[in-house]
Amino acid sequence: MSEISQPAPMSRREWLMSDRPQSRLQARLGRAYMTWRRFSANRLAVAGLGIILLLILVAVFADALAPHSPVVGNLAGARLLPPGSEGYLLGTDDQGRDILSRLLHGSRLTLLVIVLVAIIAAPIGLLVGAVSGYAGGWVDAVLMRITDIFFAFPKLVLALAFVAAMGPGIQNAIIAIAITSWPPYARIARAETLTVRNSDYIAAVRLMGASPFRIVLRHVMPMCVSSLIVRVTLDMAGIILTAAGLGFLGLGAQPPLPEWGAMIAAGRRFILDQWWVATMPGIAILVVSLGFNLLGDGLRDALDPRESGK
Amino acid sequence: MTLPETTQLAGRRRARANGWAGNALRFLVIIVTTYLGLLAVTFFIGRVIPIDPVLAILGDRAPTHVVERTRELLGFNKPLYQQFYIYVRDALTGNFGTSVLTTNPVMADIRRVFPATLELATLGTIIGSLIGVPLGVLAAVKRGSIADQIVRVIGLVGYSVPIFWLALLSLLLFYARLKWVAFPGRIDIVYEYSFTPVTGLYLIDSAWQGQWDVFRDVFRHIILPAGLLGYFSLAYISRMTRSFMLNELAQEYIVAARAKGLSESRIIWVHALRNAAVPLVTVIALSYAGLLEGSVLTETVFAWPGLGLYITNSLQNADMNAVLGGTIVIGSVFIAINILSDLLYRTLDPRTRAR
Repeated sequence: MSEISQPAPMSRREWLMSDRPQSRLQARLGRAYMTWRRFSANRLAVAGLGIILLLILVAVFADALAPHSPVVGNLAGARLLPPGSEGYLLGTDDQGRDILSRLLHGSRLTLLVIVLVAIIAAPIGLLVGAVSGYAGGWVDAVLMRITDIFFAFPKLVLALAFVAAMGPGIQNAIIAIAITSWPPYARIARAETLTVRNSDYIAAVRLMGASPFRIVLRHVMPMCVSSLIVRVTLDMAGIILTAAGLGFLGLGAQPPLPEWGAMIAAGRRFILDQWWVATMPGIAILVVSLGFNLLGDGLRDALDPRESGK
Repeated sequence: MTLPETTQLAGRRRARANGWAGNALRFLVIIVTTYLGLLAVTFFIGRVIPIDPVLAILGDRAPTHVVERTRELLGFNKPLYQQFYIYVRDALTGNFGTSVLTTNPVMADIRRVFPATLELATLGTIIGSLIGVPLGVLAAVKRGSIADQIVRVIGLVGYSVPIFWLALLSLLLFYARLKWVAFPGRIDIVYEYSFTPVTGLYLIDSAWQGQWDVFRDVFRHIILPAGLLGYFSLAYISRMTRSFMLNELAQEYIVAARAKGLSESRIIWVHALRNAAVPLVTVIALSYAGLLEGSVLTETVFAWPGLGLYITNSLQNADMNAVLGGTIVIGSVFIAINILSDLLYRTLDPRTRAR
């Protein structure tokens, strides 16, 4: 009997690609699989993902990977050694510190900045946009006016002024960047909300007696998440560059923290003779923000096929 | 959900009836609220975040009566809303207080340094558009080819590279090794006293006065920072040009033009680019605004005596009046360019006019 009720055995791939999923889990996994297939067809995007995964791994295992201390150098015997010196693959800086070790530890600061900015700015934008789009009327008008005002500001200069008032330091730099980067998320969330607010499932939830609070939180905001993730990923490069710029001006992480932007500033004095001191951290910044740009482009193409031609 | 839609329709009808008067009013509201917002944020930064702005000015060793007198003198004993009113009034008349560092009024300082930034950003935008637009067109026409990939990579690197780092490396290469460009700064010390600028835009001034040796020297100073800024706007401009051109090339009028037997270059450069030019104007205007801001880091590396260097120098000396004055000026230019580009788009695109 069981042979009749059981469907024909399927390969795992067929099960995932099935257009008649038997369960919610299967449907979700199937969709994720389709997205992954579109994403992985883009080799550059996979390279971007690889860079980001590498960054995370390096940040986690920095202690084990770094051959020397990132803070304490060998002032007596190892000042300003060129790359390829014995035991110092990327050379040393003016305080005899191994540049490679500092770069590896600096990845933690970079990761800290982007994660914190993302978890501060994205929810603010999401909430403002979803409430604004769902409520409509004067709430929408006021919230969008505020968003527009922040949009019209020069981001870096505003972040500079914030840090100048609050005092230099990595926490303040993170807060300043977060304050200046939420408006695009609000606009995206609002646009997504407007497309779903009149749909039948929202009407159904409302008929079942859900409060506006619950509707926005549980039924509108999840719909905005995927386009928001794409935008946040694309913004990551900009966030890294702004943080590095603040560090370069001495307003971000303070010495002796191995922040990449501050390392470039420190190497500036030796640029003519010991070029590697300033060059190496710049390459690290370039590679990581390139990784985020590639990943963001790939995610956009995979999650939103309509946009992919552009 | 029918109610909002009907009100929306009524609103649209009303808007059409009012015509451009309504539009003008809308723009006025946007300008006023945005500018007030900018002032509110800088006010917040300058007066609310520091625990006591008077102590920030005098230091914590000042005697109590001096602190009290300064507090009264600066109006800090008044309630916040009154302080804000005075702040807005002062800002509108261009009074940003005195710079601690230079002891000049901040506005006088800014007027002195702003032309340097303006010249740099303008030349950067010109370079960026002159190269970026053709690159974008090329990438769109040869979509998927090697050329397209190269343009894409150039753009991606432009988005990802820290500008101050690239500036340092280019100084190392073009100044120290190749000796193609001049030492950081705006003009050689030899000419500092024999050359009197009028507008503050040295390239124009020296050409106007016929001092071609000065012109050459100024050019050798400006070309590297302007070229770098140009590269950054190129990354953005070429990407947007490509997407606009792809959009246009897929339209039916292109097919019609081909059927008529027009040459391919005419179709691309005259018919398609002309239509793509409308949104491109907005893109170029926005990248111009971006360069005015982006010059902060570039000016620091090239010791370029503009607004960006002024702000960063003041930052290092905790000169808050100067920092906030500079922020307000850059913010105002930013807002103005934003609004101008919006207006420009409306006047250039017949579709938005009809609606």
